[in-house]
Amino acid sequence: MSEVKTSRSQMASPQASSETTGSLLRELVPHLRQNRTQLRQEWARRITEAQLLTAMSADEIFTEATAVYDQYVEAVETGTFEALQAYARNLSERIIPRGVETHEVIGIVLLLRDVLARSLFAKYQDDFAKLNRILDAYEPAANRIANTVAVGFVQERERIIREQQEAIRELSTPVLQVRERLLILPIIGVIDPQRARQLTEQLLRGIRTNRAKVVVIDITGVAAMDSQIANHLVQTVEASRLLGATVIVTGLSPEIAQTLVNIGVDLGKMNTVGDLQGGIEGAERLLGYKVVPIGEQTPNA
Amino acid sequence: MAVPILKQGPYLIATIQSALTDSDLVQLRDALVGKVGSYRSRGVIVDVTALDVLDSFASRTLRDLAHMIRLRGAETVIVGIQPEVAFTMVRLGLTLEGVATALDLEEGLFYLNEKLSSSQQSTQ
Repeated sequence: MSEVKTSRSQMASPQASSETTGSLLRELVPHLRQNRTQLRQEWARRITEAQLLTAMSADEIFTEATAVYDQYVEAVETGTFEALQAYARNLSERIIPRGVETHEVIGIVLLLRDVLARSLFAKYQDDFAKLNRILDAYEPAANRIANTVAVGFVQERERIIREQQEAIRELSTPVLQVRERLLILPIIGVIDPQRARQLTEQLLRGIRTNRAKVVVIDITGVAAMDSQIANHLVQTVEASRLLGATVIVTGLSPEIAQTLVNIGVDLGKMNTVGDLQGGIEGAERLLGYKVVPIGEQTPNA
Repeated sequence: MAVPILKQGPYLIATIQSALTDSDLVQLRDALVGKVGSYRSRGVIVDVTALDVLDSFASRTLRDLAHMIRLRGAETVIVGIQPEVAFTMVRLGLTLEGVATALDLEEGLFYLNEKLSSSQQSTQ
């Protein structure tokens, strides 16, 4: 019997409060406005103390803290997050190039949440029931704000990463014609599956448009590759053969040689030469070219 | 759909013009292997430019065709495999091992001419 009663009274307490979440939040705002200077100083101090945002100077932290604080209060007041979201994105855009990490951004918004909650404790410590209701209203809003800022930061970072990937892809490897029917494909840097696929596509198309008979793939600039990419390389060599072109792979590092041996590549299919020079010389031989210094031309030629 | 087989000097040229059923492929294989004997051809070119897919049965039939023709004393070249087709085939492990391939008909003829002249030189 008593159990039922307690549960009923627990259920009744939120209903009993005539104040809605909105009105409670509106009550918060003047408090946050009044104590603006003191609270944001406290916040900036805590940020420095926790050694967050070490890439920024104290002045910069204070300026940003002020801006974030105002946006924060506004978000609590209006319940709309668009302005805060836009600000978070803009802030992220500025601080990401300076090496600010995700944990720092999440850390500072959580600190602000904490600083404000403490000030609420201080203000309402005499009226425990009221403090409870205020925190009930404040907590979800604060969480949502923290969420918005953190997600904005991560999204901005992902956007930058995507942009950089795009840039790398555009820089990606050219297929060059050295002589009639001889192509070279110099590969530099890390090859991921997507780049590997793109390389193959470009090469096969290049073979077709340039009517190439021999292709030299130079991987001097590739430090290592995993077995998946090595497999892809072997497949590219085979696909080129189906188009009637011979592939010579040059500049294999010891690590790549090891990988190729580990995946058990058929050396009968893979034509490899030590360096690019040797590869081009081999290709010229296959095509029937002979490079002769001018002085050594035979007199009767 | 039957594939026309053209005699061009010492060579036979079969140009596949549309997607073939398995039985069409087998028919093509048998026709070519037979005609190599009756025309005393020295080389065979199979042009697959028009095909946008070469499945495992087609690859195997082409490989068998090339090996059978080799045993009948002639050379085979598969020409005109599209870049996308080539890569798909390789991914499926269909690499036409031991079969000569060339970019297009012209290259295929060039390859056979080279083969023929080198074999004539070696017999002289």
